[in-house]
Amino acid sequence: MKRREFIGSLTALAVSPHISTTDPLVYSFTKGRPVRPGRIKLEMPALAENGHSVAMTVRVDSPMTPSDHVRAVHLIAEKNPVRDMAVFYLGAHCPRAEVSSRIRLNGSQQVVAIAELSDGSFWSDAAYVEVREAACTDGG
Amino acid sequence: MALARIDLPQEARRGELVEVRIVIQHPMETGFRRAPQGERVPRNAIHSLVCRYRGIEVFRATLSTGIAANPFLRFFLRATQSGDLDFWWLDDDEVQGSAKARLNVT
Repeated sequence: MKRREFIGSLTALAVSPHISTTDPLVYSFTKGRPVRPGRIKLEMPALAENGHSVAMTVRVDSPMTPSDHVRAVHLIAEKNPVRDMAVFYLGAHCPRAEVSSRIRLNGSQQVVAIAELSDGSFWSDAAYVEVREAACTDGG
Repeated sequence: MALARIDLPQEARRGELVEVRIVIQHPMETGFRRAPQGERVPRNAIHSLVCRYRGIEVFRATLSTGIAANPFLRFFLRATQSGDLDFWWLDDDEVQGSAKARLNVT
């Protein structure tokens, strides 16, 4: 195998740069299937004054038809005491794969969103949020 | 704890995309916070939420303490016929809540 081919095969493996697929929390729903970067966009502010309430929007690039739609979106915070923040279950009946909420962040960290599509593929995106005052400092 | 506000357009045309927003009054207690006397406030967060439109489930979420107090959610649905939008949720104290809004489709 030529060196160039080898490097090409590495990108074909397409491992998510955002989170490890062997992470027990990720493995609990991917069951070891690959998580690729792309198709999902996680929008969060780069800087939050405090971590008590930070706006969050996830958007998945999907036609939302019976044959091709988003099943679920998983939201994971890497440094929160409770890492699995939320799971949003969508489906073919949802006209647009977009969900917003407000989340708590225990300090500056990366938030990861993973979309599960109807064909069984997983796609991820991440956003790093700088938090001035963490949410869980109170008596923690 | 059954106070919620649902934001919907006044009316929608058939087949139109409708943006739904809901804010539920709930402390989403993390279990890490201490009361002024020093005792730990037990965890109590809404962990499940379902939205049904004319009796059919259109949105479901499992939440955790990672969601801010007074949880806010925004999602989309397709207007088909006039009918009720029913929200139902359950928290760690097994307390159920519900809220209803009417969507008029022309």
